[in-house]
Amino acid sequence: MSGIPHDHYEPKSRFEKWLDARLPIVGLLYSTMTIPTPKNLNWMWIWGIVLAFVMVLQIVTGIVLAMHYTPEVTMAFDSVEHIMRNVNAGWALRYMHTNGASLFFFAVYLHIFRGLYYGSYKSPREVTWIIGMLIYMVMMATGFMGYVLPWGQMSFWGATVITGLFGAIPGIGDVLQTWLLGGPAVDNATLNRFFSLHYLLPFVLVALVVLHIWAFHTTGNGNPTGVEVRRGSKAEVKKDTLPFWPYFVIKDVFALSVILTLFFVVVYFQPNYLGDPVNYVKADPLVTPAHIVPEWYFLPFYGILRAFTADVWVVQIASFLTAGIVDAKFFGVIAMFGAIFVMVLVPWLDTSRVRSGKYRPSFKWWFWLLGLDFVVLAWCGSQPPEGIVPLVSLIASAYWFAYFLIILPLLGVLEKPLPVPATIEEDFDAHYPPKDASASAAE
Amino acid sequence: MSHTEDNSGNGSATRRDFLYVATAATGIVATGAAVWPLVDQMNPTADVLALSSVEVDLGDIEVGTQLTVKWRGKPVFIRRRTEEEITEARAVKMDELVDPIDYVWENPNLKIDSPALDQNRAADKTGEWLVMIGVCTHLGCVPLGNGAGEFGGWFCPCHGSHYDTSGRIRKGPAPRNLDIPLTTWLSASTIKLG
Repeated sequence: MSGIPHDHYEPKSRFEKWLDARLPIVGLLYSTMTIPTPKNLNWMWIWGIVLAFVMVLQIVTGIVLAMHYTPEVTMAFDSVEHIMRNVNAGWALRYMHTNGASLFFFAVYLHIFRGLYYGSYKSPREVTWIIGMLIYMVMMATGFMGYVLPWGQMSFWGATVITGLFGAIPGIGDVLQTWLLGGPAVDNATLNRFFSLHYLLPFVLVALVVLHIWAFHTTGNGNPTGVEVRRGSKAEVKKDTLPFWPYFVIKDVFALSVILTLFFVVVYFQPNYLGDPVNYVKADPLVTPAHIVPEWYFLPFYGILRAFTADVWVVQIASFLTAGIVDAKFFGVIAMFGAIFVMVLVPWLDTSRVRSGKYRPSFKWWFWLLGLDFVVLAWCGSQPPEGIVPLVSLIASAYWFAYFLIILPLLGVLEKPLPVPATIEEDFDAHYPPKDASASAAE
Repeated sequence: MSHTEDNSGNGSATRRDFLYVATAATGIVATGAAVWPLVDQMNPTADVLALSSVEVDLGDIEVGTQLTVKWRGKPVFIRRRTEEEITEARAVKMDELVDPIDYVWENPNLKIDSPALDQNRAADKTGEWLVMIGVCTHLGCVPLGNGAGEFGGWFCPCHGSHYDTSGRIRKGPAPRNLDIPLTTWLSASTIKLG
């Protein structure tokens, strides 16, 4: 599986040889688990395992919740209360599932920003990055549809607003929105299909995760220096790497246990802290809640959606150039999806030859500003669109696009990077000097 | 290439070429036929489409209040407007409007595209009754009524769209005026929607 030279599985017993000749699955698992992994990985490389664990947690808790849930408008809300009150351990399963979604997005954002800082998206890992972005989009679709299922006020109105995004598309919008909803408004047909898709998409996610892992096992892991593992011989590889099992598995499981401790503190003591209390009010198609906010993990993109109103000059220019086809509503939708699309294109927008942000003195500042920008956008998305909020939203949205479309392409040309270590071993030894100095010098 | 009678060898289409194209064409048609029901099943079902029109008794609505009824899954605002509201709505000039035209699918009562004048939008000649679909044309929330917003009409709390006393968009992200449903007067105090 890996392009890095390493030891392969040798079937020994008669049974192993018999199976290997028919289905070499043990060899595949062996290669996957023992992949040579750069020994200088820091703590930001734990999120992949956390994400894999949370995905399994969500699927397992989700399957059992589906055994008690009823996707029908008059019963959905009550069936969720039935889970909370009557089903044995139902409250724990549901709180794990709802907070599991939050942990899933928390981990995926750190995983994505890790990739943006260390240049994980750069050649030859563009395919890993793009599959990762697909995973993120499927996660958002799954999370959104899952939030509709309890059929509270936020479920209903969130579904109305988000499907309204598709209604903004000129020409086909209305037909498309009716097709998505199965009627003129969010109703039983909508709830039913969202339940079906919320059950389906996690398995699509599993398939994409397998491709994601396959892709980076082919190129090898990235690492904080951005320097590639030497591949001349197995001896060289051994100086730069350690096998995934047991070294990184132990590290990742330790990190996971710390994170899960915090996760269960939330699940048991503050299970509704991240949720909106309005969603404990049953859906009412005649009354919109005073303030509609999505779950926290969608807030930055919701902030971008709302930033572009009809009085913004770029919107007016777009509207003029397209003879009114692109109005403020459609512009906001384009901006929101565009904010994700520029991330998909980042392997080609970043022109720097240096992979890791560690060795890029000005890039660092712009990167941390992007991190701050993400938080500011989330804040904008959480506030009512009044006072200073529209202006802040607009500036923060502009920076998001400027980072990807202007700053990254220019920085690669203008910036003078710091010297990069020659090998991973050199970087590792600088942090952890070998105890036997003569042995190291002899190499 | 050694195959014989199929290939006339003069560069014109052979029997084999014909079979390739015919097979591909049949395959595409068959795939389309198989996929179409899977796509079409998501469209509104017969019982959803068959939702009948509703009749509303206006007898109990006082001046300056609004009744909200559910019609085809959406709220419909029926407002009995005050004199001030009517005067205000009729004083607005066309060039102050964001969306000055109500197309026939936005206001089917006049049977033609019409300027968004209050006279064209109100359900009766005096303008006392205003009947609108209570769905914000931005992203589908239900606007708040009873004089809400900067123009004394409706205000959508989701993304801050302001509608005037005739339900016309004046400020905010919504692109269009509130839609008007097909309304028929059955008697002096009863209307039929749809």
